[in-house]
Amino acid sequence: MAKERITGSEALMRSLEHEGVKTLFGYPGGAIMPVFDALYDHRDKLNHILVRHEQGAAHAAQGFARVSGEVGVCLVTSGPGATNTITGVADAMIDSTPIVVIAGQVGASLLGTDAFQEVDLVGVTQPISKWSYQIRRAEDVAWAVSRAFYLARSGRPGPVVLDFAKNAQTELTDYEPLDVDFIRSYDPDPETDPKMVAEAVKLINEAQRPLVLVGQGVELGNAQEELKAFVEKADLPCGCTLLGLSALPSDHRLNKGMLGMHGNLAPNVKTNECDVLIAVGMRFDDRVTGKLETYARQAKVIHLDVDPSEIGKNVRVDVPILGNCKRTLALLTELMQSHKHTEWIDSFAPYAEKEYEQVIRPEVFPGKGPLNMGEVVNAVSEATRREAILVTDVGQNQMMACRYFKFAKQRSIVTSGGMGTMGFCLPAAIGATFGCPGRTVCAFMGDGGLQMTLQELGTVMEQQAPVKLVLMNNNYLGNVRQWQAMFFNKRYSFTPMMNPDYMQIAAAYGIPGRRVMEREELEEGIREMLDTDGPFLLEVCVVEEGNVLPMTPPGSSVNDMLLELDC
Amino acid sequence: MDNKTLYTIIVHSENIAGLLNQVTAVFTRRQINIESLNVSASSIKGVHKYTITCWTTPDIVEKVVRQIEKKIDVIQAHYFTEKEIFQREVAMYKVSTPEFQSNPEASKVVRRASAHIVEVNPTFCIVELTAMSNEITDLYEKLRDLNCMLQFVRSGRIAVSTSCFERVNEYLAHREERYLKEQKG
Repeated sequence: MAKERITGSEALMRSLEHEGVKTLFGYPGGAIMPVFDALYDHRDKLNHILVRHEQGAAHAAQGFARVSGEVGVCLVTSGPGATNTITGVADAMIDSTPIVVIAGQVGASLLGTDAFQEVDLVGVTQPISKWSYQIRRAEDVAWAVSRAFYLARSGRPGPVVLDFAKNAQTELTDYEPLDVDFIRSYDPDPETDPKMVAEAVKLINEAQRPLVLVGQGVELGNAQEELKAFVEKADLPCGCTLLGLSALPSDHRLNKGMLGMHGNLAPNVKTNECDVLIAVGMRFDDRVTGKLETYARQAKVIHLDVDPSEIGKNVRVDVPILGNCKRTLALLTELMQSHKHTEWIDSFAPYAEKEYEQVIRPEVFPGKGPLNMGEVVNAVSEATRREAILVTDVGQNQMMACRYFKFAKQRSIVTSGGMGTMGFCLPAAIGATFGCPGRTVCAFMGDGGLQMTLQELGTVMEQQAPVKLVLMNNNYLGNVRQWQAMFFNKRYSFTPMMNPDYMQIAAAYGIPGRRVMEREELEEGIREMLDTDGPFLLEVCVVEEGNVLPMTPPGSSVNDMLLELDC
Repeated sequence: MDNKTLYTIIVHSENIAGLLNQVTAVFTRRQINIESLNVSASSIKGVHKYTITCWTTPDIVEKVVRQIEKKIDVIQAHYFTEKEIFQREVAMYKVSTPEFQSNPEASKVVRRASAHIVEVNPTFCIVELTAMSNEITDLYEKLRDLNCMLQFVRSGRIAVSTSCFERVNEYLAHREERYLKEQKG
């Protein structure tokens, strides 16, 4: 293909199109104006969603990426525009979400002079991104963009930051599309040691009480079918991490529920009873392991991960299996024997029943008293026939949503796991509607989180993004309040919160809404929300001092879950 | 913690601005003090070599090395105990010529340490020593006690592993071979 002389901004547009980008989330500003000017001529191919704050752009890109499996893209200006995306970049890093943030930067001649809206973005983002790079010359655009997308989506995905100096946006360059698919210092799919595979197969074949921990790596590696074949062949019960919840259908007979602090009782207790623990694409976060000194000490641990630095990071590993789990799971499945673990699997049931009686039934079917969060989540999940995408904010709403929402389809959960970013939900849900336009997106949030990125209702309005917003309002920063009740003698230091009239806010943005205060109205409210085309805000006034249970208190062992609180 | 060992970490990376920052940040995050650091070109074109020493535990050094290796532009990182490497430091001692000459013990000390006098003028002499860390400290203390020391500087440690070749060569060749195979496949 003949080379053509174009501006750096135009080269960026063509490079994005070459990478298959169709949607970007952004906000213009001084140092990115030449790029936005070029974008004006590419509006037919590149759908730019104007957010109301750059943090919203980053979270929207995350939501887009998580449900679609494609790279989410943000386009922002220098200085504050760039720093406003930082929370999203850090969130995408710890949750392995492929996004590319393209930020304007002052011209190369002004770099380092404390110029207007100059910030050392590469310096700021290096520790919280997979790669960050400053483009100072127009001729580097094609290479940098291609490398950025390759890095963001390959191996363990993550955020990449491109800091685009203004001179490089306007200078002319010879453009030719480029495809980076090899970096000699970077191995996206490390080689699997056959000896380790043999050892893992032996352990699995001989296991009497195996347990599989399903992480987001299964979704990221697109290995949902391989996982199913693996666990079905050897009859392996599973617990899912927060981000791995939709990697295996909720009603699969081997899916024993959610791991972690507010997860299900059975998989947590059984973690400390199993003889072989098989972790797939998960990173033994402290919210999953509880007290490390007592975590699965009795078990041989097999860890499948694409990232060598995860092996042995928190939990000692007996058999590491490196590589993409789509490949390694298939390899193990092929080599291992079929098995039945009926007795072991049956031993989960009493714990599930106990949890149901003591926690789930009173939460989901209380019959009287104020509405519960779990009740609301369950009702929405059933009304969407378990086929919707769940987006959550952070806190009690998140734990309740993840406990009681059920999944039939893969890539159906979008939540801020590692960072626990309040305010994540609304913009991420907007992004999800663009990532999977055909699917229903249900966004559960609390009154605290909604107000952190409330401005994105403007984006919802302008785009008519069909988000089903479920605000579970308890007039508290509920999760912190619960901890204050448990560990700080009920001293509710700055957790009660005065709320605005959300119906008036929705109305101001032209978003239809309904407030539900009574149990009798809940079903009808949900029906109205789902039957309404486009966005809808359902505010449900829930019990003020509700608690998320069960709970492994911080510093406790996973098998020491509390089913009730004495405070 | 008592079970800390002095480790030498050798890192090979692409020659890219800002990478040093990323490498040292791994230590900072874990509050590990870097004892010495040397960065220079390696025997492979375009590849830089870092030699870093620090006191830490076997468990932590393993994690640190993996986290360094995770940086996109780092090719390989390995750690070694004192037995597994051959290591040296360079030191320069600037001493006052009149003081140095007035005390016959001074030149004996220099000779015994196998150090070289590389510059002499009426004001000062420069003594150079390539040796193990403790030997360099030893000579410094002796010259200081003789009251002739004007300036002292020592380099970070440089080291080669006691295995026959640089593993990074093999690794790069293997990576390219695998890539080409995947391309064909």
